[in-house]
Amino acid sequence: MSTLAASNKRSFWSVVWDYITTVDHKKIGVLYLIAGGFFFLLGGLEALAIRWQLVKPMNDFVSAGFYNELITMHGTTMIFLAAMPLIFAFMNAVIPLQIGARDVAFPFLNSLGLWLFVFGGIMLNVGWFTGGAADAGWTAYTPLSTISPGEGMDYYVIGLQISGAGTLMAGINFLVTIINMRAPGMTYMRLPLFTWTSFVASALILFAFPALTVGLFLMMFDRMFDSAFFDPAMGGNSIIWQHLFWIFGHPEVYILILPIFGVFSEVVSTFSRKRLFGYSAMVFATVLIAFLGFMVWAHHMFTVGMGAAANAIFAVATMTIAVPTGIKIFNWLFTMWRGSIQITTPMLYALGFIPTFTIGGMTGVMLAAATADYQYHDSYFVIAHFHYVIIGGTVFGLLAATHYWWPRMFNRMLDERLGKITFWIFFVGFHLTFMIQHFLGLWGMPRRYWVYLPDQGLDLGNAISTAGAFLMAIAVLILLYNIIKTAIKGEPCGDDPWDGRTLEWAVPIPAPHYNFKQVPLVRGLDPLWVEKMDGRKEMTPSEPLDDIHMPNNTVLPFVMTIGFFIAGFGFIYQKYDNALNALIFVGMGIALGAMLVRSLKDDLGYHIPKKELEKEARK
Amino acid sequence: MKKWVGKVRMLGLFSLMAIFLTACGKENLTALAPKGYSAERSFEVIIISILVMTIVFVVVMAIFTYVLIKYRRKKGQEDYVPEQIEGNKTLEIVWTIIPILLLVIIAVPTIATTYDLADESQKDDSINVNVTGKQFWWNFDYVNEGIQTSQDLYIPVDTRVYLNMISGDVIHSFWVPTLAGKMDVNPENENVMYIEAYEEGVYWGKCAEFCGDSHSLMDFKIVVVSQEEYDQWIENMGTPMEEEPATASAQEGKALFEQSCLSCHATDGATTAPAIGPNLTNFGNRTMIAGVLEHNKEELVEWIVDPASKKPGNGMLNAPYLQEGISTEDAEKIADYLLELKSTEVVPEFEPFEDQ
Amino acid sequence: MTEQDIMNPKKMPLQPEKATLEGKNKFLGFWFFLGGEAVLFASLFGTYLALNGSLNGGKSAEEMFGLPLVFIMTMLLLTSSLTSVYAMHHLRNNDFKRLQLWMSITVILGLGFLACEIYEFYHYITDYGFTFRSSAFGSAFYTLVGFHGGHVVFGLAWITALIVRNAKRGLNLYNAPKYYIASLYWHFIDVVWVFIFTVVYLMGVL
Repeated sequence: MSTLAASNKRSFWSVVWDYITTVDHKKIGVLYLIAGGFFFLLGGLEALAIRWQLVKPMNDFVSAGFYNELITMHGTTMIFLAAMPLIFAFMNAVIPLQIGARDVAFPFLNSLGLWLFVFGGIMLNVGWFTGGAADAGWTAYTPLSTISPGEGMDYYVIGLQISGAGTLMAGINFLVTIINMRAPGMTYMRLPLFTWTSFVASALILFAFPALTVGLFLMMFDRMFDSAFFDPAMGGNSIIWQHLFWIFGHPEVYILILPIFGVFSEVVSTFSRKRLFGYSAMVFATVLIAFLGFMVWAHHMFTVGMGAAANAIFAVATMTIAVPTGIKIFNWLFTMWRGSIQITTPMLYALGFIPTFTIGGMTGVMLAAATADYQYHDSYFVIAHFHYVIIGGTVFGLLAATHYWWPRMFNRMLDERLGKITFWIFFVGFHLTFMIQHFLGLWGMPRRYWVYLPDQGLDLGNAISTAGAFLMAIAVLILLYNIIKTAIKGEPCGDDPWDGRTLEWAVPIPAPHYNFKQVPLVRGLDPLWVEKMDGRKEMTPSEPLDDIHMPNNTVLPFVMTIGFFIAGFGFIYQKYDNALNALIFVGMGIALGAMLVRSLKDDLGYHIPKKELEKEARK
Repeated sequence: MKKWVGKVRMLGLFSLMAIFLTACGKENLTALAPKGYSAERSFEVIIISILVMTIVFVVVMAIFTYVLIKYRRKKGQEDYVPEQIEGNKTLEIVWTIIPILLLVIIAVPTIATTYDLADESQKDDSINVNVTGKQFWWNFDYVNEGIQTSQDLYIPVDTRVYLNMISGDVIHSFWVPTLAGKMDVNPENENVMYIEAYEEGVYWGKCAEFCGDSHSLMDFKIVVVSQEEYDQWIENMGTPMEEEPATASAQEGKALFEQSCLSCHATDGATTAPAIGPNLTNFGNRTMIAGVLEHNKEELVEWIVDPASKKPGNGMLNAPYLQEGISTEDAEKIADYLLELKSTEVVPEFEPFEDQ
Repeated sequence: MTEQDIMNPKKMPLQPEKATLEGKNKFLGFWFFLGGEAVLFASLFGTYLALNGSLNGGKSAEEMFGLPLVFIMTMLLLTSSLTSVYAMHHLRNNDFKRLQLWMSITVILGLGFLACEIYEFYHYITDYGFTFRSSAFGSAFYTLVGFHGGHVVFGLAWITALIVRNAKRGLNLYNAPKYYIASLYWHFIDVVWVFIFTVVYLMGVL
């Protein structure tokens, strides 16, 4: 906890103020990690409650209504508030360092994106305390979601709209950062794969999220202002929501997995001490997956009744995605081939990922076969499939990234022994939970079932699944213990603890807030490795030492977010009392006012003088 | 550490195999023992894709295991720097072309069966049933026969039956795993699917699209009978019951029913009025009460007195009789009456909970 | 580049909007943003096309829409796009007065467009009872055209703020990118309108 520890001397509130106003990508990364981690634990608790309800037939641990809130919030929380923000945490912490930049392209937007996500997440969860959270499933199919009583779904709509806006900003920010802020010599075909995959994922965010934005607007209008988009009685059509949702939703799964492919590419390459096998094929496969990802959304809708032609086309289109994904799997295997494999905790996750994700990919192809999908669809088979790719892919990857980049972010190594124990318990628990669910689905258990009848051949499978879920919970607790232990007792790890290859390991640990005193010159793929092989320990600078320009801290993003947050309550409650419209005006007034200040007030940042940098160097 | 890891893996593998082989799910519910045309087509594609995918998995795992054992860093190799290989064109072409070929093997039957299962060429010459899904029950309207019923769908064996499905409220999905894959039941457009069963019996049907509080309790059954029995069933269902209830209790129950329940629940199988609640004709021969409760008087009384505890959020909660409250005695009388509603001799053999 | 170089450049470069790294970032970032906006409007167009026959007993597009007014609106907006091009021409010429003048004309034309649109909506609501809530078609129409109108309002406020804020201090490397992306935004609004004109009005009437 370098940044936190160093600031211990300052008062608590000055640290809080510093983090609220910060535009430093490294601190924003830490905030994403904390907030995303919190929501991950929250979503995990919801998952445990779901599994406990299903431990035996006709259980009455929770009521039907509460169960529906649990499943809805579990899905929504894990996708929007845990997985994506945790990915953003590492994108923020690592990408500017990997490309040799001093900050992101839009530090202000970076902060705004973070706060929008945080307050959108809070908004989503406010429903718990006001008579019920969202309860129409994370996919919120209309008209169930538009007729759902209470404010739960309103919080879903507004919360996702706010956090979605934040995500869109983060996406644009990273696109521009990676294009414009690369160090000299860092050509596109020398970008580390994590940067490449994050770049492509950012493009997916840019083109996928607006579809969700529109869908949410339409749902908001239907729920709050009595429009008729999804109301069949008024000529509306509920299927439009499904299209909009999945035009966003399918690219979303690649947003979740592509950066993780990048993480594993870095980890496998580092701990095999070998450059990535087929780098250009990997880049090509990433772009191809992203491109195809936009053409296949309707495979979530095979049973909607689109007709044989549409089903057949989308089935075949979906299958083609298996090809570039397969290329990636083989490239990782052949990166290890003739390498020198060191099994560290991050590498262990990578090794666990390969078979697990292969199974997830296999069931993916099986699901793509439309006629087979008539059986799988909306059953536990689908639950099993997407947990195999999202946990077996994204969560394994995030855990690998956590262990791999923890020293980079906090100047401490997480305990390796505890890390490996965590992995094994999590790995076994995961397969125990979800392998059996493939069969539960085929034995006739549809998803989102609050109870199942006795004597349907589903009892044992569900009990096994629940046991596995609790094993995963134990693993997460051990990880938490590891983090706390490291924060209290851990020793500073020093520079480059993993014998790294990419540029982020060339920056001293802890990193100065301007990252690079002199922007380095990149001479090849894996730039630090290139220098190491030439017998140097440091990067060659690409410029003489000079003043460094940095952006100012600002509280405006936080204020803007508070404005939207207040307006959100106005939108939700105006149907009860017109006076509450005032909240909309106050909130939007604050937000637009902050925008105006941002637009009209000059903010040129500041310079760190050359002399000061020289002084630091002498220390 | 490595040894016990291997053991745990083996143990896991064996227990999985055991579960898979000993319990293939419940008969007439599982999709893995299909007894109908559509389910069989789906099952074929499932098996083909599993086989192809298993090949892929074996290849991946073989390389994975080999590489992991062979190239793991050993003692004394701490400073060893392997050759930095950029890639290999031939290999990369191989693992692009072969998966494409494997996918073709899956794609061809997929496309063929997709068109096959969407075939409507025989629709006009077949039995047509209009299916309406409502929170949380199913209405079945035999269009040409002029019969309405609910929850139990009777069809003749070895015959294609077309289902024209629409929802009365939110989206549902019609799924009878052993007979056919699912089809969504949308509120704005009619979806058509056909089913054909190979064996007589009672098949479990489930709602597969999340539809609210009692989504998990929206079961229905498909009762497959011989052609003769089916014809008889149709004829009986269309004939109103003449005789009065046998017992005094049931007679009082009838009066109570007509006063409190008849406005929503018809007992005339030939009615053409739109169903507000499930049509209860032939209720005495139902497989289950409300789709999920055992068919006996005890359950029925509990259901009438407190439907919320059996199916949260169901439409009966708005019934006027519940606002006033109903005594157990009255409920028992209504139950006696309902259980006597038997229009036909065609009765399926069915034990929902055999183990208990 | 020091603060002095940015706020009071001795010599204006050829493309002042892209002379600083911040300017380059803004330029590129805004193009990406417009890419996202394009998807947003594409989704709205898709929804409109799916629902434009769902009249719920109300009047159809053919019966209501009058091309003359919409033609005037189109001309106003197309012209405003052209005037903003002139403004950008003068931005490159470092002629701040003309830049301000042409931007102001753009705003006036935009206001004219907005007035027509408000009149149009008012006309549909009072004369045909065609509202946001009367049918799925109404919801889709007002949402699509209204989203565009909302963009116009935001664009006008933005350009006006720029004109007023910078009136006294002239052009520099800090505000040049701001003018430039505001005009990009304005062009985008214009392009979207061309599609609305075609898909909603022309296809609705013909």
